[in-house]
Amino acid sequence: MTETRAVVIEREFAHPPEKLWRALTQPHLIEEWLMKNDFAPQVGHRFNLRGDWGGVLDCEVLEIEPPRTLAYTWNFANDDPAYALQSVVTFTLTPTPAGTHLRMEQEGFRPDQKQAFGGAHAGWKKFFEKLDAVLAQA
Amino acid sequence: MLPAKTAADAIFRTLADPTRRAIFERLCRQGEQTVGALTAQAGVSQPAVSKHLGVLKQAGLVRDRHEGRQTHYSARPGALAPLIDWTSQMAGFWENRFDDLEDLLKRMDQ
Repeated sequence: MTETRAVVIEREFAHPPEKLWRALTQPHLIEEWLMKNDFAPQVGHRFNLRGDWGGVLDCEVLEIEPPRTLAYTWNFANDDPAYALQSVVTFTLTPTPAGTHLRMEQEGFRPDQKQAFGGAHAGWKKFFEKLDAVLAQA
Repeated sequence: MLPAKTAADAIFRTLADPTRRAIFERLCRQGEQTVGALTAQAGVSQPAVSKHLGVLKQAGLVRDRHEGRQTHYSARPGALAPLIDWTSQMAGFWENRFDDLEDLLKRMDQ
């Protein structure tokens, strides 16, 4: 089974593509909205994303076309295959009259993998905010 | 590995107790802690905290590590995973990141 699944998030930002591009490709700016990193805008460059939760993602720049497309691997190594994750994150920027449409696609999960564990931990904060409500319904 | 539904039931049962849930959340947010440190913030006795930790451990939500006379507890990453489908989980992650990106872009104007 090599079928993959994908998550797509899209949003329009009231800022020009060049500015968004800087936020996506300059390490000190990436850190402000995503994670600590040693990113460099160069195909083949290997880097890590380090989450607040202590997890480290292994990444490699696959595609870079300013200010349109940025793709890198988003892998999480784990001895337990249920937790290991191999995926590719692709950002696509499209200019609009009001700014920029940003599309993020993350794909590469196995269909039997219920826990996309690597990056998902950073979502825990929000999850905890909802936990009380979830438990109230349980 | 328990079937997803059974695992979720166990997690809900374990976290239904507010004191236990507070201990678990503290471990998730602040990382590894000793029983003593947890007791200082929990508002209940040390034996009560130890009992809660035992229940959390049995449910697979925390793990312990012995060092000298101290036992350190930490949250087990992924313990809550059975509760959430990965697609909605990752979507939530990226929505949050996009919120932060939007804030950053505003700050870059200044």
